[in-house]
Amino acid sequence: MTRPSTVYFYATCLVDLLYPRAGLAGMQLLRAADIEVILARGQTCCGQPAFNSGYRDEALAVARAQLDCLARDIPVIVPSGSCAGMLRHHWPELFAGEPDARRARDVAARTYELTEFLVDVLAVRLDDVGEPIRIAIHTSCSARREMGVADRIETLVGQLAGVEVLTQDRKAECCGFGGTFAVKQGDVSGAMVRDKTDALRATGAARVISQDCGCLMNIGGAFDHQGGGPRTQHIAEFLWERSGGNVR
Amino acid sequence: MNQTEAFHRRIDAALHNDQLRRNFRSALTGIMARRAEQFPDDAQLQALRDQARAVRANALVRQPELLERLERQLTANGIQVHWAEGPDEANAIIHEILARADATSVVKGKSMVSEETGLNHYLEQRGIDVIESDLGEYIIQLAEEPPSHIVAPAIHKNRREVAELFHRFHPEIPYTDDIDQLTQTARAILRDRFATADAGISGVNFAVAETGTLCLVENEGNGRLSTTAPRVHIAITGVEKVIEKLSDVPPLLEILTKSATGQPITTYFNMISKPRQPGELDGPEAVHLVLLDNGRSRIRVDAELLDTLRCIRCGACINHCPVYVQLGGHAYGTVYPGPIGIALEPQRIGIDKVGTLTSACTLCGACGEVCPVRIPLPTLINRLRAEAVDGLRAGATVRGHGSLRKPREARLWGLWAALYGDPTRYRLFIWLASRLRWLTPPWLGAWTRYRSAPRPAARTLRELARDEGFRDE
Repeated sequence: MTRPSTVYFYATCLVDLLYPRAGLAGMQLLRAADIEVILARGQTCCGQPAFNSGYRDEALAVARAQLDCLARDIPVIVPSGSCAGMLRHHWPELFAGEPDARRARDVAARTYELTEFLVDVLAVRLDDVGEPIRIAIHTSCSARREMGVADRIETLVGQLAGVEVLTQDRKAECCGFGGTFAVKQGDVSGAMVRDKTDALRATGAARVISQDCGCLMNIGGAFDHQGGGPRTQHIAEFLWERSGGNVR
Repeated sequence: MNQTEAFHRRIDAALHNDQLRRNFRSALTGIMARRAEQFPDDAQLQALRDQARAVRANALVRQPELLERLERQLTANGIQVHWAEGPDEANAIIHEILARADATSVVKGKSMVSEETGLNHYLEQRGIDVIESDLGEYIIQLAEEPPSHIVAPAIHKNRREVAELFHRFHPEIPYTDDIDQLTQTARAILRDRFATADAGISGVNFAVAETGTLCLVENEGNGRLSTTAPRVHIAITGVEKVIEKLSDVPPLLEILTKSATGQPITTYFNMISKPRQPGELDGPEAVHLVLLDNGRSRIRVDAELLDTLRCIRCGACINHCPVYVQLGGHAYGTVYPGPIGIALEPQRIGIDKVGTLTSACTLCGACGEVCPVRIPLPTLINRLRAEAVDGLRAGATVRGHGSLRKPREARLWGLWAALYGDPTRYRLFIWLASRLRWLTPPWLGAWTRYRSAPRPAARTLRELARDEGFRDE
């Protein structure tokens, strides 16, 4: 697509409640690239938790409440692979046969995951102003498989001269979050995040970066519970911090 | 104890069995690497997946017609065809064939469909001596366990565990945990059985309608011996295994062996088309095919769930599942474990019979990514979750749908929707959560057994954004 002048920033409920700094950084990155950013007032949640739990009426009710605030024909930027995947791939399915199916498909077609948008549409160039650092990247399963944008985060980080990326064992394996899975299958999820944190810790990275706050909440919470580990951070916050706003 | 409690008890046992988890991790890591080596070119892999998918999808759409054609061709070739609606009927048919042939000893090749029907148990109860001839199947038959994997049934056992098992059953043979020697021991025992068994029972990988050919993929030669040495051969398979024509076989076979075991081709590939002909020196005098439905027709009529039946049983989804690697196959408590099991079993035996099976999935998509026939496993599992709680707006089609709907959970989702479906209430909630963040409980059930509790941020994104001069619209 051609470079838009204005975009919606669809913050997601997890960013809203727990990681507002990640959301703000995403908005700042876009603004620094000369994009006007609208944080639409009516936004709440994409409906994914209920959709993945089988409660489709409830998912639909929540998803439908988003349509009005995303009505303008401008891109919808989502700082999360899984919420972006919900809007782009599952809304058309969820709204199928509903009176507002066309509106949902329209939003789906202009939805982008944040790193995807920064690379594919804006082709941003970032300067690195930070001290040398070694990081590991955890790509969320939704960003990797549903959205197919796993490499965008690496493209962006690759522009930062002082950042060395270390690769953990079984990089593509799920961290065990899975939304309500972490509650319904708590012990399995616990075993999975143990394996994931062990692999990440073993890299010696000082920081773990991801594009999904669900994974970060899981991995970061587990590090903390285990008595410490690399700091976890959303990619938007990391990029904003490293570039010091030097975005072209 | 209900199905869900039993399921969680098995999960708990698996998670506390470190040896078991190490066995799975090590075995699956190897299998995944071998598969990846077989597909160095992603474009070629995707093209092959498209081809395999098309073959299977075509066969499913035309299944009734193809099954009729298969029966005609097989009959013309001299292979007797039997139809079974459910497990009991299939078992009874097989028992009757054996009884008529005066067969009391059976040597079996690997067959997951016979696991569906509980065939071994059925025959043993009726005085028939059944021995499994696939090495993995032989091991678990000794251990009196069901398969924990559809391709590698004894994958949960390591070399030492197998050695101990062999030593217990064959104390006359000196203890060894050398894999070659263990294999030689099993080979010696089984050779004798191949020579003396009255009948052989096998599965089928593809049944070709055009030519009336039963294809059998294997590595040990036990499939060939089971289907040629005894005087009667009985093949059992699901009705969905029919494919249209002989030229459909190569793409399926290629992607099956590469996906399953990371082999470009298996050691043996058998194409069975006739019993022994006059003047021939070997081969069974009679060949039978039992075609089992067992819930498959019901799956086939649902336009979305139909995709489940494309499966060619390679086990790649299982090998790549991050939940399966933690639990192993037995924890699922179903004949088919892993992602394909979560998708198939609720449909095959009823959603009310599998407890919260569909919850054993993070929807990470690793299964769908490797499936050689592009079964959208995460989509199917998500659909089944909706079937389980009657959350589907269009018609539910799975037996036992709604059986997992709990009033308390449904009410919670209703409350969630009332909060998140109303922007005004939602904004108030987020604002309150940020102001009352010190009230966040430090203990949140299963979550905080392994992680610290998340805590709402002190200020909302909207407040931060306003300070930075962003537009609120």
